[in-house]
This record gives sequence, C-alpha cells and structure tokens, in this order.
Amino acid sequence: METLEVKKETVAKQTQTISGSQAVLEAFVAEGVDTIFGYPGGAIMPIYDALYDYHDKLKHILVRHEQGGIHAGQGYARASGRVGVVFGTSGPGATNLVTGLADAMIDSTPLVCITGQVFAHLLGTDAFQEIDVINITTPVTKWNYQVTDATEIPAVLAKAFYIARTGRPGPVLIDITKNAQLQQFEYEGYTACTHIRSYRPKPIVRKEFVAEAAELINKAEKPFVIFGQGIILGKAEKEFKAFIEKAGLPAAWTIMGLSALETDHPLNVGMLGMHGNYGPNVLTNDCDVLIAIGMRFDDRVTGRLDKYAKQAKVIHLDIDPSEIDKNVKATVGVWGDCKETLPLLTKLVEEKKHTAWVNKFKDYMAEEVKEVIYDELNPTSEILTMGEVIRNLNELTEGNAIVVTDVGQHQMVACRYAKFNKSKSNITSGGLGTMGFGLPAAIGAKFGAPDRQVITIIGDGGFQMTLQELGTIMQNEVDVKILILNNQFLGMVRQWQQLFMDKRYSFVDIASPDYVTLAKAYRIEGQSVSKREDLHNALSTMLNHKGSYLLEVMVGKENNVFPMVPQGCSVSEIRLK
Amino acid sequence: MNKQEFTITVYTENHIGLLVRIATMFSRRKINIESLNTSPSEEEGIHRFTIVINEFEEVVRKLARQIEKQVEVLKAYYNTNDEIVWQELALYKVSTDEIAEKVQVERLLREHGARAVVIRKDYTVFETSGHREETDKLVAVLAPYGLIEFVRSARVAIIKASPGFHEKLREFEEAMPGEEQVENEFLNKQDSVFTM
Repeated sequence: METLEVKKETVAKQTQTISGSQAVLEAFVAEGVDTIFGYPGGAIMPIYDALYDYHDKLKHILVRHEQGGIHAGQGYARASGRVGVVFGTSGPGATNLVTGLADAMIDSTPLVCITGQVFAHLLGTDAFQEIDVINITTPVTKWNYQVTDATEIPAVLAKAFYIARTGRPGPVLIDITKNAQLQQFEYEGYTACTHIRSYRPKPIVRKEFVAEAAELINKAEKPFVIFGQGIILGKAEKEFKAFIEKAGLPAAWTIMGLSALETDHPLNVGMLGMHGNYGPNVLTNDCDVLIAIGMRFDDRVTGRLDKYAKQAKVIHLDIDPSEIDKNVKATVGVWGDCKETLPLLTKLVEEKKHTAWVNKFKDYMAEEVKEVIYDELNPTSEILTMGEVIRNLNELTEGNAIVVTDVGQHQMVACRYAKFNKSKSNITSGGLGTMGFGLPAAIGAKFGAPDRQVITIIGDGGFQMTLQELGTIMQNEVDVKILILNNQFLGMVRQWQQLFMDKRYSFVDIASPDYVTLAKAYRIEGQSVSKREDLHNALSTMLNHKGSYLLEVMVGKENNVFPMVPQGCSVSEIRLK
Repeated sequence: MNKQEFTITVYTENHIGLLVRIATMFSRRKINIESLNTSPSEEEGIHRFTIVINEFEEVVRKLARQIEKQVEVLKAYYNTNDEIVWQELALYKVSTDEIAEKVQVERLLREHGARAVVIRKDYTVFETSGHREETDKLVAVLAPYGLIEFVRSARVAIIKASPGFHEKLREFEEAMPGEEQVENEFLNKQDSVFTM
C-alpha cells in the first residue's frame, strides 16, 4: 500500500498539461525519432505549430509531395533499420500517402505516418479536406487508428511504434483530428508499449521443427538456400552467414534480400526470379532440399508455381505464420525470428562442403557470363549498356555505397550487377514495383545513413514521376548522387512488347526534358554522357562531387534484360536470350 | 476437394474499424460472405465474429491465418458444418386475417417450432430458429398467404470441440509467455490448422 501511494505521488508530480500535438512530438522524442518527412496543411497545423518548438530535437524535412515524403520515410527506414516517420495533412495529404503505404506494406517497411484530420464534430460531413482515411488505408497498413481525444495519444503512439517495428514490420497510420491536436490534457509521461494481447510478434520457437529441418539439411545432397529481406529485417546477417558457412550451403537472394550477404561471398550464388541468375533458377528445380529464409515465394521469384521445386523438400523459416504454406507447401515450417531460429539450426547442422553441388552453380554462372553477362558488362558496340554503367560504378564504389533503385530495366540490371559489401545497402521497391520510388527514397536513405555514399539509379520514366523532390534535395542540401539511365523508353514495358506483343510499341516512347538543365534550375550540378570514353570519369566526378549531383547516361534504346523467366513459365525454362 | 460451407469464428478486440479490416480480407479475394455476425463472446471485452463462406478448404485455411495476423485479432478458427452447432433466427410477418382464416395456426406452430412474437389485429409476427432449410420451409408454407416481411439473421455457431476462449486469452495476456504456452500449434497439425 505504501509503495502504491509513493508511486501515485511521483506520477502526480510529473503530470503536466500539454496539448495533443506536443504529446505526439514527446512520443517521437521518447522513441528516438530524429527525422520526420512531411508536408503541412490545414488539418495538421497544430502539430506543425508544436514542431516549431522542437526543432532542436526533431529534424523535419519538407518534401514536395506526400508521396515523396513517405518514400523518403521508407528509404530512411531501410537504410537505418529504424522506424520511418511521416507527416501529412488530411484529405489529399492522406490519399497521397497511399502508394507509399502499399509499398511499405508489401515490402515490410516499418513506418509511423501521422495524418491530420478535420475536427471530430465534422467527421462524416464532407468537410473541407475530409476523407475517410482509416477505411482507405486499412488494406495497406499493418495497423491504423483514428484519435479523437488527446488523452489517447501517448498510448496509441506507443502502440504504433511497437507494431510498426516488431514481428514482420509494416506501416502504421495514425489519424488525429484537429481538436485532439489542440486539446490540452494531463500528460503523465510516455511509456513504451511492450505487449498487446491480440498481437504476438515473436513466437516461441519450436525446437522440434528446427531439429526436423536440421535433419533434412544433414541428409541433403543438393541443399539450396534462398533468402529474402527477413535476414535484414531480423538483423541476422551474421547468424545467416554462420549457418550457410557451416553447412556449406549455396545461397541465392530475392531482390529484397540483396546485400544481406556480401556479393563476393563464395556461397553467394546470385539472384532468384524473373531476371535472376541462370543457376539459381534452374537449380531450384534440381535441389533436394530448398531452405527458404525470410522470403515469401513471390510470383516473380517462383515463376509457374505448379512446376516450382516439386522434387524438393521445402524448409520455410519465417516470422509471419501466414506466409508458411501460402504459395509453396513447406515440408517443415519453422515459425520464428530468424535471429533466433538460425543459430539453433546452425548448432544442429553438420559441417559440410557440398563442393560438387556448389560448383554446379559456378558452371551455370560461367555459361551465363559467356552468353549474357560478359557482353552486357563489356559491350563492343558503340552504344552504352546499363550493365557497363553498373560495372564502372562498382569499380569506383568498391561495393561500399547504398544503391537506391527505381523500378524497371535499370532496377533489374542494378540488382543483378551492383556489388555490395554491407547489409542494408540495396533499397528498392520490390513487391509493389512503384515507379518514382527511387529519388525520394534516396533522400530518406541519406538521412538514415548520413555517413554513407547514397547513389540512386533511376530510369527516365521513373525519374519523371517524382522529380519534384529535387526541390527537397536543393533546400536541404541532401548529398545524393542521381544516376539516370536514359534509354528514351519505358524500357521494361517495351521489352515485353517486343518479346510477347510483336513489337507493338504502344505508348512506351517517352520524351525527356534536358535533365542537366533541370538539375541546374534546382542548383544541382550535373552532366550527361553518351560516350564510353566519358563514362568512367563522369561517374568518378559524380562520386567525388561535394553534395548532390545528377548524371545522365544515354544507354541503348532497345536493350533487353536477360536472362528472363517469361511469365507463366517454370524457373527452369529461363531464357538466356 | 470441392467448395463447401465453412464457418469462421474470429475472436477479436472490440475496436472500431476492425469489421472493415476483416471484411476486406474476403472482398480482396472476391469471396462472397454468406453470413456475418458480430457479438460478444464468453469473455468480457472480447468480440466474436461468425462468418460463413463457401470455399475450398485450402483457401479458407490461408484466409484464417491472414485474418489472425491482423493486430487486433486474437484467434481465428474455421470449421465445417459437422464440427459446429449452429442456428439462424428468422422472423415472418403475415396478415392476421389471412392467417387466422386460412391456416391452421396451431399446426403451423407445432410443425415448424414457430412462436408468435406479436399478434395484432393487422399483422402477426412469427419467429423460428434453426438451420437454413428449416427456416426456409416456413417461408414456403406462408408464402401463399402473403408473407409481408421476412428476415433471417446471420448464423451463430458454437464449436463442438472448443474448450472456450478463457485459457487462450489468459495465455495471450501474459506479457512473458510461459514454456507451456503452445504458440504455434498450427505446426503440429498442418492439415487442420486453426481448428480446436
């Protein structure tokens, strides 16, 4: 009884009257937020007013469009491994966030988005800039909630951060009505959330399933690991490496898993999926045990599902139980955080080399180099290829930069050929394939990892979708290097039209402005190159430039990305040309 | 395996917006909800959704897992009709004159287990509960006499083998789950996931 009273007293002493808006910012400070990407508007003005007094604790980056804001939040989250925080106002501010929410949802990116909302008494009246944001965003958020009373704010925000970053991460949207932002209330401090009874982000690992998995691996003659972003999100890069090294397992990545294992690792056998490497795709249908870790068997990875790894026993490690058996039936499902499950598995697997099997991947790679890669990276024709741009970039960065890509041909080429030494270095829109993602995500990535070189590789189509964020780069002097690979086409669609639609190039011919002049208008230095002899120097100039820089490289108009698993085909039917 | 009727029972928090979150799981897959009921459950503060759909078991299993994944959902079970006891309630409004004159009301009430809820000069409201075929039968009987209004409720269902939600809830409320807690029981019986 005594202790209870003492507690009450201290609480009473700490209580202070603050506004709902201040409570939001106090929550941010308590959660260790340092950067917010946002755009103000009528319904979120009280929060922005409170932000005025927090400028020493919270950096706010004014973007040029809410979509840019949320992609920047995603880039920040992916580069830093922390929760990205985004502000938007009601109505159009909120609807502009939807693409980014969907992107973050499908790519499991932790975000907390705060939207302003009209006064509670105006809800449902078609008030100015009122939109039912909760219902619009329900399918694209891990959780969302509308606050109409300021006293809820500390607990709701604590829940928001907890939900966003735990389990399989994802975006959370909190909609706060203007009256709640303005409302003064007795604030009792911020308590971080550690448990929600209806939410179990961290399952207890069932050792018997780990043991079953280990037994399958130990008996396997041709085991094959395929891994996704789960390794990065679980911060389990070391555990993963220890696992594959001990059991001698060749490992291939999905584009979301790229950079979790360094490119030069002897067991890194390349990329999976539609434009992945030859060996990993073909040998998926040859392995005897397929070990999937933190990946979700997306259709771009599996190709035709009824012809996918039918011969193999499948082990699936995932933190999300609904992924196990969703697309590919698992022989053994291990539900859990791979940071926990991998060490358990490593302990039980036998030390092995599987040399002959690993060499099989190397043989396929040699063939792919001969048929595709060598010419892509070292073309003899006058026309520049995307591949050689990436090769030159690798020579200069040595694999130490963060590479942010947009969506399309350049994305596939960059993911295929860019070299990475460090995790969290590849940032791309994987699941949703959001064109326009690259530039704003790169801005966020730079704030998330300020000490690292950030290069965004973008096509001429994607760049024109969100180029207004050059304004954000200018105003905040964000040091990002913008590399536009301009093939004067919406290249990926054109490639499909060429291959599958009799070259009927329907609306893929896209004109570009003078990007260098455009950059100049934003006080960003830049140049455009189209000759091989200028390429290396231009890239070097870009990387050594202090501050942001735009380099446009004119590449072949009708180059295609190969290999390719055509839609509706099995991974073993991958085409080299 | 053919499509068949499944009853999905979802234990949830009682929060605004959750109905939409659950409903979109079905509409996203273009699955028609045959019947949906929300009500309190045996546990105070815990809501219970009872949803009936016609689907392949494979689809229902994945769906149940994805429903269960929603933050405010505690647990989702799915059952075939053999595994549950269920009822639907139906109300029938007919003209009192018509019915008194032409129908043997007493027989009607006996045969269909119906009850008169309201008897007024102008109309009478009967009530029955049972399976759909049973409540439908009375519609057929009353139709010739001018059924003014008819309404049937969603299905409510009790899972025969369920020990109730009490123990499960206690487990979920433990901030630090104990060793005895079987969190991923679905892995024990992969083919009958989410059944009790």
